[in-house]
Amino acid sequence: MAQLSNLMVYASMLVYTLALFLFAASLAARRVPLAAKQKVLVGAGGPQTVEADPGDDPGRRSGNIALSLSWLGTILLTIGFVLRGLAAERFPLGNMYEFSLAAAICVALVYLIAASRTDLRWLGVWVIGAVLLTLGLAVTILYTESAQLVPALKSWWLVIHVSAAALSGGAFTLSAGFTVAYLLRQRAEDRGTTDKGLASRLPSAERLDALAYRTIAFVFPVWTFAVIAGAIWAENAWGRYWGWDPKETWAFITWVVYAGYLHARSTAGWKGRKAAIISLIAFSAFIINFFGVNFFASGLHSYSGV
Amino acid sequence: MTTTVTPPAPTSGPSLGVRGWLRWGWRSLTSMRTALILLLLLALASIPGSVFPQRGTAPERVVDYITANPTIGPWLDRLGMFDVFAAPWFAAVYLLLCVSLIGCIVPRTAEFIGVLRRPPVKAPSRLSRMPAFETTTADVDTLDRAEAYLRANRWRVRREDNWVSAEKGYLHEVGNLLFHLCFIFLLVAVAVGGLFGWSAKVIVVEGTGFTGSLTQFDSFRKGRLVNPDQIAPFSVVLQDFTATFQESGQQRGAPRQFEADALVTQRPGAPEVAETFSVNDPLVIDGSKVFLVGHGYAPEIKITDADGEVVFDDAVVFLPRDGNLTSAGVVKLPDLEQPFALTGLFLPTAVIDPVMGPVSVFPAANDPQLFLGAFDGQVPAGGNVYTLDTSGLNRIGTEALRPGQSWDLANGMTVEFVGFRDFANVTVAHDPGRWFALAASVLVILGVSMSLLLQRRRVWVKVTGDSVTVAEVAGLSKSGGGKVHDDVREIAVTLREQGK
Repeated sequence: MAQLSNLMVYASMLVYTLALFLFAASLAARRVPLAAKQKVLVGAGGPQTVEADPGDDPGRRSGNIALSLSWLGTILLTIGFVLRGLAAERFPLGNMYEFSLAAAICVALVYLIAASRTDLRWLGVWVIGAVLLTLGLAVTILYTESAQLVPALKSWWLVIHVSAAALSGGAFTLSAGFTVAYLLRQRAEDRGTTDKGLASRLPSAERLDALAYRTIAFVFPVWTFAVIAGAIWAENAWGRYWGWDPKETWAFITWVVYAGYLHARSTAGWKGRKAAIISLIAFSAFIINFFGVNFFASGLHSYSGV
Repeated sequence: MTTTVTPPAPTSGPSLGVRGWLRWGWRSLTSMRTALILLLLLALASIPGSVFPQRGTAPERVVDYITANPTIGPWLDRLGMFDVFAAPWFAAVYLLLCVSLIGCIVPRTAEFIGVLRRPPVKAPSRLSRMPAFETTTADVDTLDRAEAYLRANRWRVRREDNWVSAEKGYLHEVGNLLFHLCFIFLLVAVAVGGLFGWSAKVIVVEGTGFTGSLTQFDSFRKGRLVNPDQIAPFSVVLQDFTATFQESGQQRGAPRQFEADALVTQRPGAPEVAETFSVNDPLVIDGSKVFLVGHGYAPEIKITDADGEVVFDDAVVFLPRDGNLTSAGVVKLPDLEQPFALTGLFLPTAVIDPVMGPVSVFPAANDPQLFLGAFDGQVPAGGNVYTLDTSGLNRIGTEALRPGQSWDLANGMTVEFVGFRDFANVTVAHDPGRWFALAASVLVILGVSMSLLLQRRRVWVKVTGDSVTVAEVAGLSKSGGGKVHDDVREIAVTLREQGK
């Protein structure tokens, strides 16, 4: 069954790769500025653009196929994840390989659900790229044979703490995508070059900023919960709820910098670009926590199995 | 004279100057910008805590680091880099942040109470300037309908002649204040735990036990306000310890189950109760918790002198050196007529590696062997009980033993490897602040969710025009977020539909 799980993971990677190409093709083919199809906020001075006929957009079709393929890849990956759990007869969150699968599923699902509510096909390259990168790392350097858990992980808190962390990872990745897009688009808007290059295919900076904020506003409580759930578990396993273990330290840094982003957004002089950069710093802290700490620091969270 | 907020000029009177400076300092400290910079500083200040080894978690690695880096090590030590989270500069950042936080939430709370006591604000004269704005035709009942609709949807409504003003989402601000307040509570709970809590580490060999007193602990960390005589007088006897390991595959040798059976006496005179504890499932005794955090082996060694008298007979704790529990330990007998010492390696599953020498290849005791070196000479009394400085000692023999085997030395002494027992590493912890910390954490999550997921917003409906009456619907978000656009659209659509 573990082999079948691996097969599913490889199959999903294949499907994701196809989706990635189609997303890229869709982005390259999109000539109509996306802003044209955004609902223009009512009020004087807004960009008065004519609503384009969707049929004109040659990227639309490949973008839709890419979205469907992404759903298929996510379903395959989820089956692989579930089989992995069945093979070991436990919740499959016991090492970095399994956590990476969970994080990849979360990134893809958060994106696909968001994409079903609003047009996010332009973000597909970033998201599916991140998913493929995570899966690539997972099957190569992080891969661990399916096995039982070490005693320290035998707790229900594993499921609660780790799935909250994986969900946070998914949404943080998405928000980082919005933020990078925002910075690109904002620069183009400041220079008045929104009609060419990549920036022409992105929504307005205002909208990107709002999307990034909304994603972080959703995920910040989830991340707070993940950290606190970890603290409760630590109290029950190690005898203290907080001990500045490297993983705890970087979880704290991630939390504090995202808190900084939320404050920056409502501080004069820090709105916009500076806040966006703080958010990207916070995302790098998360990535350091996710990958770096397991490889470069020794601490109590050494369950990677690598 | 300048009109911007700058420190008061020194020309103002001396008393006013001091007060002015204080006011300026306080305003700067409690501004959002300062809070933001302090937050980023706090993150930055935490980084060395994960880069350098820390005394709180790995004191032995700090010593190793300073030995390996003799030039920079002591300087890093002086800067507090090995004790970041107890360093004065770290404390300075978070204490300033706390003061800034309190200075922010107190006036905000007062302001919010004021908002709650006043009716919703007057409608602005030009609604079309609001971020959300729609128009629809109106009749005489439009404002009544708008008021009814808003009240039915639990807006706080103020009705005037030709406009309605409404506010919603007060829980956003409640959540915001709750979050910041409970964050302070959380820090207080951590401080209470630090002052009144204690934790201890004990190594317990199967068949022995320990009581909740200072003399029985191998290491003890206590808060400033803990009276060591008042530590819970419980006793725990470790009856049996079982460990199971992965037998095959890539993760062969990985631990799978640790379990300890113990007899627990809550206080002197209380009945003994048999309990089992394991990793993730601590013993709870009278407000303290007993955690199983590790294990190893303690070979039973019996030493007889040349006259046939037993001079040593005990289980000796050998500390594990690797994942397969290759374990090292010593026996020191400095008080004998001819001082005597043993150094040993205990290998639960022994092989002789051509390069590394004797080494264990599996953590369970499948083929246990004890490799001993015997010494005489000036055996040091005291010092570390797990290591022996063999300089100045004479090696008088080496031997490998299996359980039950004996070794007769040339000096007439006999060393017998009687058998072995498991030992457990146990942490005992008492933190009176933990329930307080938990409650504060739960409220922190509640507060931050309310603050980020709810939106505070205002809407207005205004009727204008003489012949053709127009209703203007406008809205303003007070907390960010686009919900007010939906509200305004919803109100306009409702008024339009009901008007037909």
